Amino acid sequence: MIKLLSGNEALALGAYHAGVQVAAAYPGTPSTEILEAIARFSDVHAEWSTNEKVAMEVALGAAYAGVRSMVSMKQVGLNVASDPFIAAATTGLNAGMVVIGADDPGIHSSQNEQDNRHYAKLAKVPMLEPSDSQEAYDIMAYAFDISERFDTPVLVRTTTRVSHSKSVVRAERSRTVPKRPPAFPHNVTKYVMLPVHARLRHPVIEERLVKLAAYAETFALNQVEWGGRALGVIASGVAYQYAREVFPEASFLKLGMTYPLPRNLIRQFATRVERIIVIEELDPFLQENIQAMGIRVSGKEFIPRAGELNPDIVTEGGRSAGLVSGNPALPKIDAVSQLPRRPPLLCPGCPHTGIFFVLSSLSGRLNPPGGKGRSAREPRLVITGDIGCYTLGTYPPLNVMDTCACMGASIGQALGMEKAGISKKVVAVIGDSTFLHSGITPLVNAVYNEGQITIIILDNHTTAMTGHQEHPGTGISAQGKKTRAVELERLVRGVGVTDVRVVNAFDIKELRAAVRSALDNPELSVIIVRGDCSVRLSGRGVPRVVSAEKCNQCDACLLLGCPAIQTENGRVFIEAALCAGSACTLCQQICPRRAISQQSELEAEESP
Amino acid sequence: MKKLEILVTGVGGQGIILASDIMGEAALAAGYDVKKTDTIGMAQRGGSVVSHVRIAQRVWSPLIKEGEVDLLLAFEKLEAARWTNYLRPGAVAIVNQHALPPLSVNLGNEPYPSDEEISVILGHRSGRTYFVSGTQFARELGDVRTLNMFMLGCASLFMPFKVQTWKETISQRVAAGIRALNITAFDAGRKEIRNVHLGKGSAGHGAGVMDKEDV
Repeated sequence: MIKLLSGNEALALGAYHAGVQVAAAYPGTPSTEILEAIARFSDVHAEWSTNEKVAMEVALGAAYAGVRSMVSMKQVGLNVASDPFIAAATTGLNAGMVVIGADDPGIHSSQNEQDNRHYAKLAKVPMLEPSDSQEAYDIMAYAFDISERFDTPVLVRTTTRVSHSKSVVRAERSRTVPKRPPAFPHNVTKYVMLPVHARLRHPVIEERLVKLAAYAETFALNQVEWGGRALGVIASGVAYQYAREVFPEASFLKLGMTYPLPRNLIRQFATRVERIIVIEELDPFLQENIQAMGIRVSGKEFIPRAGELNPDIVTEGGRSAGLVSGNPALPKIDAVSQLPRRPPLLCPGCPHTGIFFVLSSLSGRLNPPGGKGRSAREPRLVITGDIGCYTLGTYPPLNVMDTCACMGASIGQALGMEKAGISKKVVAVIGDSTFLHSGITPLVNAVYNEGQITIIILDNHTTAMTGHQEHPGTGISAQGKKTRAVELERLVRGVGVTDVRVVNAFDIKELRAAVRSALDNPELSVIIVRGDCSVRLSGRGVPRVVSAEKCNQCDACLLLGCPAIQTENGRVFIEAALCAGSACTLCQQICPRRAISQQSELEAEESP
Repeated sequence: MKKLEILVTGVGGQGIILASDIMGEAALAAGYDVKKTDTIGMAQRGGSVVSHVRIAQRVWSPLIKEGEVDLLLAFEKLEAARWTNYLRPGAVAIVNQHALPPLSVNLGNEPYPSDEEISVILGHRSGRTYFVSGTQFARELGDVRTLNMFMLGCASLFMPFKVQTWKETISQRVAAGIRALNITAFDAGRKEIRNVHLGKGSAGHGAGVMDKEDV
């Protein structure tokens, strides 16, 4: 079978053919499509877990029970899952377990640019890195074999550019699943990490690393490609692909296994070329480990540590290293840099817009059109934010978010600010999927420690930003089965919150009343703002129109930041193709002149 | 053909990813190596989207170098101009005659560039810029989502694949119920370039960029 597959699709197909039986994940760019792809196979149990830690534990349990399992997540997801990850590395397994971590160099859609290769060294587990979709497919079979042969979880590290690029895959294997039935072999010294047992495991792990290093010397995806001997390039992942184009004359040592490193292979390569450069994204992980072997290499002297690489950056790095000649790139065209930018926005009809408009106006943050940046006035509330589409409320005109750190942080941060004694009321804003991911424990903490904060849960009934994945609140599984839904209001009441309100995301009056009342209450309060994600609405409602007669160009409607509300020659109009219409009507509700409604109503009014 | 480097640009929600997917799959069906990659950003809708498509006997990097794009296929005018630095001198640019102003323009903070300004910017590199009425056609056809097939039809005249290969690839990727509609839009895109912009009868498949130096 020859197909054009994304790196993520190829990882999933590779795992399927390698006989994976349990796959767990929490959505996160750029890893999301791995689980989505594997969920299409009905003979695999594929699940969205509540968070990456739980997903890792589910995969670990499956591997203990003797079936091949995998877990996939974005780079920061491995922070959440690091505890069971290192536990898995400590106990070892009873069947293959592969952990896919998808890094995001360039921070296309993340809150940081961490280099997860360090986790392999920290956890003392082997790490494999594919450089295109073919290798992504092939590498999964190796990963499961290595996992079983060395009794260790294997970290497969991909990056946005590998995960989200499509390239040609020859999928020559078919699915093979071991015949033995699942069973858990009772073995307390291996699986119960009391200190007395954990002490026994540590030397086993160190021996395992030595054996893995020997294996790396002959690992099939550590390959030398001889070219000219003046320059040797050591690279892995997509950086190898860039380097192949930029240094067509060089010899290459391409590493498919980047921890532990094949010391002898690297040493031999080094003796046969005159000069070595390491081309790698983010940290000098390979470079420092190779330098520690006493081998002279350069790399980060010429290649930036921050940001995603591309062929242009590698070319410039090569030029500064004296390895690339020829004409520099064409000069940039000045006018391009002056074009209006297009930052991401909340969509027309977004259920977050109404509550953000209310919070913004109540806290004195709305930024009038024409004004750049935030208004000079100090806002009346502190609004701690979280991770999801709603983080986009940070931008003008809404300006409604003061922090965004990591999943679930809004609630703990809000409580911390309150306990620090600041005079302003603190509001935490968190989405439904993020709340279920890691907002529940800080909510329990706020109940226990008598917090007085207000928590707003934006319940759009999906994990929107990563492309509408199901979660425990939706009651639909990753494989489309109807299951039991967790009810947010019962959960919140169940842990002891008494002031709980559920309000309609598209009713400005109701939203304003709920926020006012929660802010007046000196106790802990929770507002659940409920409304469907507009991207998922099947039909559009009747679009709104602006009456030219009634509109006095006060521009209040522009303060919603709705992409459908536009101006032409100073006059506001609503782009019918974008407007969510009857499903939303926020602009209609806030227009002081009642100049916005649907066409038929306007006509009825204008011709009495 | 030695190589063909294509950028497909526009705004999230316009169907850019499917269009560039189909380009890649058609290239594979025609026997080429191909890599394609999308940069989508955070937004589900409304942000800048760009796909890189690279077609050759052997492709390494999925990303195209600046100054090496042969063909720019832009679904939105501002997003056409934004990627001009990527064009090689003499590249072909196909630009959908459609503006989706970003928020800063809607709020009156900065102007949207005029057609003339966009042409001038593209003209720094592009040899030929074709403005095509994709959105208008798709609206008249009754489904704005067919814009991407119209644009593919326009691009297909500059790519060395048989019409049959294109239509088979499209048919594999769109649902049966809307297949005919999408093929209609694809044919209309071909017609737009062939009749209006290249002059009737002057171009079969492989016209334009392909004829000059690459075949």
